[in-house]
Amino acid sequence: MKFDDYIYDLSSPGRTGVDLPEPDVPPTPIPEEFLREDLPLPELSLPQVTRHYLRLSQKNYAVDKGFYPLGSCTMKYNPKVNEWAVRLPGFANIHPLQHPHTVQGAMGLMYELQEMIGEIAGFDAVSLQPAAGAHGELTGVLIMRAAQLARGETQRHKVLVPDSAHGTNPASTSMAGFTAVEIPSDKDGNVHIEALKAALDDEVIGIMITNPNTLGLFESNIVEVCELVHEAGGLVYGDGANLNAIVGIVRPGDLGIDVMHFNLHKTFSTPHGGGGPGSGPVGVTAELAPFLPGPIVALNEAEDAYIWHYPEKSIGRIKSFYGNFGVMVRAYAYIKMHGAEGLRRVSETAVLNANYLQARLLQMGDYPVPYGHRFCKHETVAQGKIAGAEDVRTLDIAKRLIDYDFHPPTIYFPLIVHEALMIEPTETEDKETIDAFLDALDKIADEARENPDLLHEAPHHAPVRRLDEVRAARHPILIRLPSAKAASER
Amino acid sequence: MTLKYDPNVKYAKTDEWARVEGDLVVVGISDYAQDQLSDIVYVELPEVGAQVSAGDVVGTVESVKAAADLMTPVSGEIVEVNEALDDSPELLNEDPYGAWIFKVKPSDLAELDDLMTAAEYEAYNATREH
Amino acid sequence: MRYIPLTDDDRRAMLETIGVESVDDLFQDVPAAFRYPELQLPKPMTEMEIMRELDMIAAENANLREFASFLGAGAYNHFVPAIVDTIISRGEFYTAYTPYQPEISQGTLQAAFEYQSMVAALTGMEVVNASHYDGATAVAEAAIMAVNIQRHKRRTIVVSPTLHPQYREVLRTYVQGMDMKIIGDETHDNDFHALIDLADDDTALVIVQNPDFLGQLHTPQEMQDLADAVHAKGALLAVSTDPIALGLFKPPGQYGADIVTAEGQSLGNSLSFGGPYLGIFAFRMKHVRKSSGRLVGETVDAEGKRGYVLTLSTREQHIRREKATSNICSNQALNALAAAVYLAAMGKHGLRKVAELSWHKAHYAAQEIDKLADYQVIQDKPFFKEFVVQCPRPVAEINQYLLEEYGIIGGYDLSQDYPHLGHAMLLCVTEMNTREEIDDLVTALSEAARPPILLNLEAAS
Repeated sequence: MKFDDYIYDLSSPGRTGVDLPEPDVPPTPIPEEFLREDLPLPELSLPQVTRHYLRLSQKNYAVDKGFYPLGSCTMKYNPKVNEWAVRLPGFANIHPLQHPHTVQGAMGLMYELQEMIGEIAGFDAVSLQPAAGAHGELTGVLIMRAAQLARGETQRHKVLVPDSAHGTNPASTSMAGFTAVEIPSDKDGNVHIEALKAALDDEVIGIMITNPNTLGLFESNIVEVCELVHEAGGLVYGDGANLNAIVGIVRPGDLGIDVMHFNLHKTFSTPHGGGGPGSGPVGVTAELAPFLPGPIVALNEAEDAYIWHYPEKSIGRIKSFYGNFGVMVRAYAYIKMHGAEGLRRVSETAVLNANYLQARLLQMGDYPVPYGHRFCKHETVAQGKIAGAEDVRTLDIAKRLIDYDFHPPTIYFPLIVHEALMIEPTETEDKETIDAFLDALDKIADEARENPDLLHEAPHHAPVRRLDEVRAARHPILIRLPSAKAASER
Repeated sequence: MTLKYDPNVKYAKTDEWARVEGDLVVVGISDYAQDQLSDIVYVELPEVGAQVSAGDVVGTVESVKAAADLMTPVSGEIVEVNEALDDSPELLNEDPYGAWIFKVKPSDLAELDDLMTAAEYEAYNATREH
Repeated sequence: MRYIPLTDDDRRAMLETIGVESVDDLFQDVPAAFRYPELQLPKPMTEMEIMRELDMIAAENANLREFASFLGAGAYNHFVPAIVDTIISRGEFYTAYTPYQPEISQGTLQAAFEYQSMVAALTGMEVVNASHYDGATAVAEAAIMAVNIQRHKRRTIVVSPTLHPQYREVLRTYVQGMDMKIIGDETHDNDFHALIDLADDDTALVIVQNPDFLGQLHTPQEMQDLADAVHAKGALLAVSTDPIALGLFKPPGQYGADIVTAEGQSLGNSLSFGGPYLGIFAFRMKHVRKSSGRLVGETVDAEGKRGYVLTLSTREQHIRREKATSNICSNQALNALAAAVYLAAMGKHGLRKVAELSWHKAHYAAQEIDKLADYQVIQDKPFFKEFVVQCPRPVAEINQYLLEEYGIIGGYDLSQDYPHLGHAMLLCVTEMNTREEIDDLVTALSEAARPPILLNLEAAS
């Protein structure tokens, strides 16, 4: 077996990885007309399957392997006890349509999670249904739409989105049928207040605002922003992607945010799974509570039982069943293990780590930090613009970091920072690791000046060299199945 | 590498060029545009037969990391598209002034007067951030 | 603080480097009036304590390892080989994120590419994306994609009344701001001709489910005729299907579907009270530029070695922003990995066997139940693993008897979604149900039919 085998290359006719019992009931003939002629799945034994995927796993970088400062993604350590918990039969093997009396434990857990994250962010009601952050955004914008329609404000069709926002914000706006209007940032990285005022009129549904924003900065005018939007009859959507900076520090709901999504897979440590599953619950003020997607869990106090509740003016169901329950169990365990004090400690440490990293970057001087005159929050944004190495780009620096055994930061985002390197260390990194990362950046700056090709050709020590993305996009190969001929030759 | 400017075409601020050929206007993208996009991987061609107005988005030109709207610099009817770009979008990188994208039967040739000359376009690009 | 490595000395040194006295100094831009709220949360717990608590909470739920279940309706109790959990428990897989850096994400990327390929084989389609959230949201994305393919000139979606009720609900939620019309399920006339009649020159997409929500199978010929009729009207056809059924039956790709969606949970994912699940999304190559969700493509590295990358990303929100084909970012990658491992382990023979076992057991159950005087199995069409039984009394009452007297979790009560069927129960039987369980179910149903039974729903808890 070669290291790079493709799954179908391992297949040989007659193998199987699972033995199944013979039917213990009298068989019923299956009408021929329904049957497929061929099922072109691979044929592998179990040892082959195990080795194949284990070897694939070894080609991945991951939080469990090392430092993963991917800005805006909050790649913190994922507690192992959470993985233990979701595999308990009482969580893993319950059907979503069972009678509520048989799943009171699960519903109670969801209820308590709704209450806890509502408390953490200052909201009156929460729906756990959205499956990811972007899904929560769509839910939130649809709630804003429904609320404005209920107020009789049918002429509103614009959503204000700062130029530093994640692409999901304008994309969610479009999906809700609205037009995104970009609001520029000011020199300190805040929403430009005068531009905001100019954009506010009676056609504005509201604003989507990420706080701390994608520059890693707290919107110091946030209260004024919320007041201005409210005065203009708009609503304020909070993108909770960066909540890890402010848990126990400030509650978005207190600042004037009307609706916000949480990323349980960022703030509350649930694993990112190689791209998902996440979970994007939405919290709202009392005014917006009737519009939440349903069902949510309510407590029937008279009967001391948890029940499914469909909010009266609900935008409708946004996902089948109740959301990504397995992710909720992990977030629940994380919050319960930390408590109020522990969560505040998490945010304080995440911010301390990021500011330490930023302070040392400023001392080093090789990588400009455009907003370095301010303290950052959970992340800092630097630039891959090394003086004396003008033909080296952020991409080269990122690829060279791989050779030093670090996952690169987020690159080329936010869009408003040229050659951006967005670095989020999180609270679960030790000082030695952050120092080693900074030392690597320091060495890379030297290499960039002395031997730029070392960077242009990086990575040198990864499972593959730089991949040809142009070729992949020009002539896409999105699946590979053995041809009938190749299969018959085996 | 210095960018090429073709004196025989007129330029839009959105980086398309237009060239009169017989009673048609041929449209492509400038050398500056292809350079900014880098390797072009896909061109979404306009619909033949569509009636368009100057400034309408009629397609897109895509690289791996960016997608640029393709606008028509003149109004009229789209009469032909360069289907060779379906298989070889890189032609726009290799020969931006040879590899046209679409042809319009113009309804108002005077619209060409609103476009820039090569010299004007070159000066305009000098003011843009690279 | 077991998850936070900084020592007091570290903190002091770091604050000194930053040039501040305390961490508080880093939060001065947070409005003072709202800074440091007193959060009302339970006190922190150690790992030992949380394990004890979670054990207790989990034990409050009736789980399917202990209770026989005949509940399906979109979430299925199929066998999951142990290898699946072994692989998805690898930290290298589950603690990575979206493979933005392909050189150190080849594991995730190749596994996703193989998932795309195996699901393409299963559905008979040309392209499969890396996943949507679930079977319901995949249907909604199919509708949006169809309208995009039609360049927004057609804006009506015709849905079959036997498409999963929750999928139809999610579809309506998704598109409520999009100026689209959803029709077709106002009646319970489950007939393709009715759907075809509804399709007109504003119809972008017709969506049906096969096997449908009530378990019934439409023949490949019926499906092909439907596809032809839909195409003749200039619309596209989407089929929502059951991936386990495709182990046995002709796939939608072979009878003219343009888009195929499915709930992929059955493929190696646990029931987990409804999620995380897997939205399978497959389509024709000619529509790839209008499709949503991540795609992994094959390419080569600088030395010519085969490798995999995220590709055709210009469709996505991080590049195209408000013009993206969808807002999706995080997907269900780990669930797709579970499905890939499941398909690789089951393979050609295993998956077919799972489907056959489900067929035989479901049909045995239906035959036995139909013998009961008070019950009638609706059999106007062939079915796969789910079937509708008309019962002599409200399904809720019968299910309570099954649970209390036999420890059996009964079928899905159809009275909310399909009131015209009367006291109708949707039963699901898979390879996980033993003959003994089925025989017990039959006995229990028989007893439950006999009045009088004194029932007190409130006392059940």
